[in-house]
Amino acid sequence: MSVARDLHPVAWWCWAVGLAVGASCTTNPFVLGLLVAVATTTVLACRGDQPWARSFRLYLWLAVIVLVVRVLFRILVGGNDAGHVLVALPELPLPDWAAGISVLGPFSREELLAALYEGLRLATLLLAVGAANALANPKRLMRSLPPALYEIGTAMVVAITVIPQLADSARRVRAAQQLRGGERGRVRGLRRLLVPILEDAFERSLSLAAGMDARGYGRSGTASAGQRRSTGALMIVGLLGIVVGTYAFLDSTAPRVLAWPMLVLGITAALAGFVLAGRRVQRTRYRPERWRAAEVAVALSGAAVGVGLWLVQRHDLTVAHPSVLVVPTLSLSAVVAALVGVLPVFVAPPPLTAQNRAAAAVVPEPTTEPTPEVVA
Amino acid sequence: MFELRDVSFAYGDRAVLDHVDLAIDHGELMLLAGPTGVGKSTLLGVLAGLVPAFTGGALTGDVVIDGTSVLDVPARERAHQVGYVGQNPPAWFVTDTVEEELAFGMEQLGLAAPTMRRRVEETLDLLGIADLRHRDLRTLSGGQQQRVAIGSVLTTHPRLLVLDEPTSALDPTAAEDVLATLTRLVHDLGVSVLVAEHRLERVVPFADRLCLLRASGQVAVGEPAALLLDSPIAPPLVELGRLAGWSPLPLTVRDARRRTADLKARLGSRPAAEDAGGFGVPAVEVRGLVVAHGAVPALREVDLSLRTGTVTALMGRNGAGKSTLLWTLQGRHGATRGSVRVGGDDPHRLKPEARRSHTGLVPQSPADLLYLETVADECAAADRTAAAGAGTCAGLLERLAPGIDPERHPRDLSEGQRLALAVAIVLAAGPPVLLLDEPTRGLDYPGKHALAGILRALASEGRAILVATHDVEFAAQVADRVVVLAEGEVVSDGPTREVIAASPAFAPQVTKVLGADWLTVDEVASALGVEARS
Repeated sequence: MSVARDLHPVAWWCWAVGLAVGASCTTNPFVLGLLVAVATTTVLACRGDQPWARSFRLYLWLAVIVLVVRVLFRILVGGNDAGHVLVALPELPLPDWAAGISVLGPFSREELLAALYEGLRLATLLLAVGAANALANPKRLMRSLPPALYEIGTAMVVAITVIPQLADSARRVRAAQQLRGGERGRVRGLRRLLVPILEDAFERSLSLAAGMDARGYGRSGTASAGQRRSTGALMIVGLLGIVVGTYAFLDSTAPRVLAWPMLVLGITAALAGFVLAGRRVQRTRYRPERWRAAEVAVALSGAAVGVGLWLVQRHDLTVAHPSVLVVPTLSLSAVVAALVGVLPVFVAPPPLTAQNRAAAAVVPEPTTEPTPEVVA
Repeated sequence: MFELRDVSFAYGDRAVLDHVDLAIDHGELMLLAGPTGVGKSTLLGVLAGLVPAFTGGALTGDVVIDGTSVLDVPARERAHQVGYVGQNPPAWFVTDTVEEELAFGMEQLGLAAPTMRRRVEETLDLLGIADLRHRDLRTLSGGQQQRVAIGSVLTTHPRLLVLDEPTSALDPTAAEDVLATLTRLVHDLGVSVLVAEHRLERVVPFADRLCLLRASGQVAVGEPAALLLDSPIAPPLVELGRLAGWSPLPLTVRDARRRTADLKARLGSRPAAEDAGGFGVPAVEVRGLVVAHGAVPALREVDLSLRTGTVTALMGRNGAGKSTLLWTLQGRHGATRGSVRVGGDDPHRLKPEARRSHTGLVPQSPADLLYLETVADECAAADRTAAAGAGTCAGLLERLAPGIDPERHPRDLSEGQRLALAVAIVLAAGPPVLLLDEPTRGLDYPGKHALAGILRALASEGRAILVATHDVEFAAQVADRVVVLAEGEVVSDGPTREVIAASPAFAPQVTKVLGADWLTVDEVASALGVEARS
């Protein structure tokens, strides 16, 4: 059995993006259902016991809401009597300037299915993101940023930490304010909660800032003024290049010379800036994340889902986007492409949990005593 | 050698430090003491470089490390020389596991990966926290968090360690662990330590020198025994020594014990034992109480009875269920099993208004209760809510902490004054039962003595009072009865004299010296027929 450890967060995100790309390539409810099943199984099998691991349920609810809203919206504005009418709702008359839009009106089975397929696709995308959030430790993800972005990364890590703290302090203040009662008006009631919570938050952040400063955070490196200027220039050129390049790439009327060349130029300049900036940062990393076989396999499995379903869309349109008139069909290739995503369940190392952490702390060091006492 | 040379610091025209000269030698443990709010934290911050950068204010003078002035060097550039551990370590943690937290400082210094691995292992062993290495920092107990905080600055190998009240939030056993760690650092590694602490009784035995910061902002530095002779703040042991006329003053219980023969002869027999808890009527009755958060019971089979006119101290480790018990009596938590009766009613079934007239609870951080701009506004709001006559709350406050300017902002009050304000607000509703959660945090000896007097007076008016506290000396002063909780169960429940005198961890210093007959300096003083405090 492999040793319990957290997988590299970037690997999980690669996997999730692959799933999301795959989901966006199809409206086939069976394929989408498979993807949802794959994401859910993987989350259940591979998540740890950290707070963010519980966030998947939130995404499940969000997905259900998206699906319902999508259908309701279609009922509201999609009136169309072609096909099998399920409910004959009266159509609301609209003034002339709103021609082309109908409110309510007959609702057909075909419309319901189309709305469901579309909604399911959106829901699957959401679940893929949710899965990544539940599986990848957000703090470690920030730590994987290149050295030039270290400070931004730390700031964001701190921001992530603040949210549970705010929740704690809100709970505490609410309980405390109950002890004295009094004004419950909307504005005054809010104020009596907000004032202590904000004071608490400010004090906390100030003391955290002081603590980080006292521990050396933000020590200046050895860069000279000239180096700093050149880094800045490279970063700005890079940013401009990427913006112009992306625009030209997406807008097909723009001259082609602006597209790929600008994009490449921008990315190169930005990378050079990163490297330069990273070089002047005197900071090291304790136990950096490493890519091992498991990480590669997880990332590749995600990519395979994306590429596979994209190929299905190219070559087998009736499977990728089935008509709402007949029962959707499945092809072997589509099923295989979706199921590849479940690979992490088998290759990812078991996640760190309180139990196996405690076990790891007690087990090592073979002793000569016959029965070493195991502390529960 | 770490020096403050002629350092003065002021916020506007309020001087905090006044021409302070201080030199800390290598390998020395110096204790910084002084009344509440005199600027001990400011002095520590000046050494670490955080004052005035994070506080504002005007600083003059010079800070010198080994002959080089570091006055203009920001805190982050001093990190490899001065390690600073502030109050309330959980607010300082940047990462989420113990190991990463220990490494954070070294990452900032840019140490090589193998060095970091080695130092993390060494530090884990040195502090005895190797088994915690993967633990989530928020799940650690207070003492463990404090040790991790110390470890997180030790890994950068600073030569001076500056600690702000490292044991104030800890139970006696955890505090001893932390102090043992500090002495070990001084002895084994030769680190210099400057530690500010309110509860001198804990640290004085370990200190090489004492730095006494007076309200005027001036310091006196010297041998603890000499300085404590006329210090305004002194641990009970020193007060006992002064009373008995011992010279030099004993600083450890062991020293004092060897000289007790003549004092014991003068004292004669034990003071008349009043039958605590025998009078009054039960105001709170708890039978077989089980309270569970989720699957884990926080309280198991607790029986408790609070009588009017008595003060009961609730003691126990951090996380033993003291706060849960208080909030259950208040009515916020319902009983999973068993019964809670406050004035004959189950508080959990009462409406919030009714709860407030049954019990008054002062939470651990009294600031959570306060939200208005002036003390007068807070008092007026409390009167309106409680439907009490105008001036009820202000009157109570005047009794508890006389002389507070009603136009001051509650945040600007001292810890003791803020606590008094919270107590006054809660008492405005006239509850017969008063519950306090850790009220002595941040109070110096005179402050605690005053609080004890206030609580005794409130109890004598027929209230039942329950105080959750770690502070043994305070419990000995104030309580008639003591209830000790461990892992949610009541381990002992009885008159103060019986419960605390019998336990080595909870015995106050006077008991440790003179035996179970004596609890406080006041008792000894009245037996000798002298006034304990001037």
